[in-house]
Amino acid sequence: MREISTNRITETIKRLCIEANCKLPIDMKTCIEKSREAETFPTAQGILDKIIENYNIAEKETKPICQDTGAACIFVNIGQDVHINGNLTEAINEGVRQGYRDGFLRKSIVSDPLERVNTNDNTPAMIYYDIVEGDKIEITLAPKGFGSENMSRIKMLKPSDGVKGVIDFVVETVEKAGSNPCPPIVVGVGIGGTFDKCAYLAKKALLRDADSANPIPYYAELEDTLLTKINALGIGPQGFGGKTTALAVNIETMPTHIAGLPVAVNINCHVTRHVKEVI
Amino acid sequence: MEIKIELPLTQDKVKALKAGDSCLLSGVMFTGRDAAHKRLFELIKEGKELPVNIKNSTFYFVGPTPKREGEAIGSAGPTTSYRMDAYSPSLIALGQTGMIGKGTRSDEVIKAMKAYGAVYFGAIGGCGALLSKCIKKCEVVAYEDLGTEAIHRLEVEDFPVVVVIDSEGNNLYKTGREAYLESLGEEK
Repeated sequence: MREISTNRITETIKRLCIEANCKLPIDMKTCIEKSREAETFPTAQGILDKIIENYNIAEKETKPICQDTGAACIFVNIGQDVHINGNLTEAINEGVRQGYRDGFLRKSIVSDPLERVNTNDNTPAMIYYDIVEGDKIEITLAPKGFGSENMSRIKMLKPSDGVKGVIDFVVETVEKAGSNPCPPIVVGVGIGGTFDKCAYLAKKALLRDADSANPIPYYAELEDTLLTKINALGIGPQGFGGKTTALAVNIETMPTHIAGLPVAVNINCHVTRHVKEVI
Repeated sequence: MEIKIELPLTQDKVKALKAGDSCLLSGVMFTGRDAAHKRLFELIKEGKELPVNIKNSTFYFVGPTPKREGEAIGSAGPTTSYRMDAYSPSLIALGQTGMIGKGTRSDEVIKAMKAYGAVYFGAIGGCGALLSKCIKKCEVVAYEDLGTEAIHRLEVEDFPVVVVIDSEGNNLYKTGREAYLESLGEEK
């Protein structure tokens, strides 16, 4: 049994909160820069240039890339041979508290969805735990802005709707979202599972590098098909027209019930932040 | 070519702006997003006095990050505007002439913009670090308890925006997309 202290977890989360919000990951930079090269519409080219200028300024000055520094979505894979001294969830929330305070990040969480009073420290984090083999803890931190989160949808399709039903729902969701989620966007798609698991898959799809492909060739191909269809919509960066509506489509799947074909679409913006660290 | 505009946005300036125009705004504007709009709306409904003068005002839908020492403001890009749709027509009726945000607006908002004369500008969403460079001064003028959602008075210099919806109801989200799709047709 390996011992890991809660202090170490708090310190790691704090550092990751600041890093994720100020430094765009390399996969996103690659996708944005490639899209800039491929973009033909002048307005769209100009916006992509500004987006690149913005993340360079943010990184240089350790300033948040976007003022919506998000809900702190944290995915923790805990090795079953790890023992944690103390309260893990509290240690994570303390890391978020310190990171959002010391990193001058915006506190965007309200304590009750209807009463709407700000907790003023961006806690609680949105945490998922998974038990895995080994004696390590893997933490993925993905601050999630809500301009794009609000454009996300889920639908319980019929098995007979098949892949066409999936494609139609994803493309329709992006078209309805239009200019609202700050295109160019990253589209996380969950297919299968139950209602709740499907939404989780869509969120998890956004953690995968934007320039990666689903390991199953059929789904890698479906990712390409969806990206092509989405970029034929013409919405473009910021909705002002252009080729670059989406930078990437990531699909995650799991088994489902004989009666169902759940599909969830979690939309993220061009500031798709995700950092991973193994303790 | 960018059009330089001095705020406040008076009616003559409103009428001259057309959807698709790139502008650089200088002068004073106010911040406001969900919570502040709700409070202003309730005061209007009750017929009470508002904490800021709405006549010819421009509101920037933004909730900035906290500033560091030596900065005027933290990151400050636009938030999605449709959440203000329920409140904007009342403010426009009181003389608000400019709104800055991102994303679509409702038919009711556009109707009020046409009836009273107002412009909806888009700033680039997700570019808060870059946009903050154009904000020279920031102070809270109302609802300090709302933190980032308080109403701040901003002094801006050459703040870059695009006219998305003009006072005649022309909408760049429609025309821009159409223009791009048409440009594809010409290539073929």
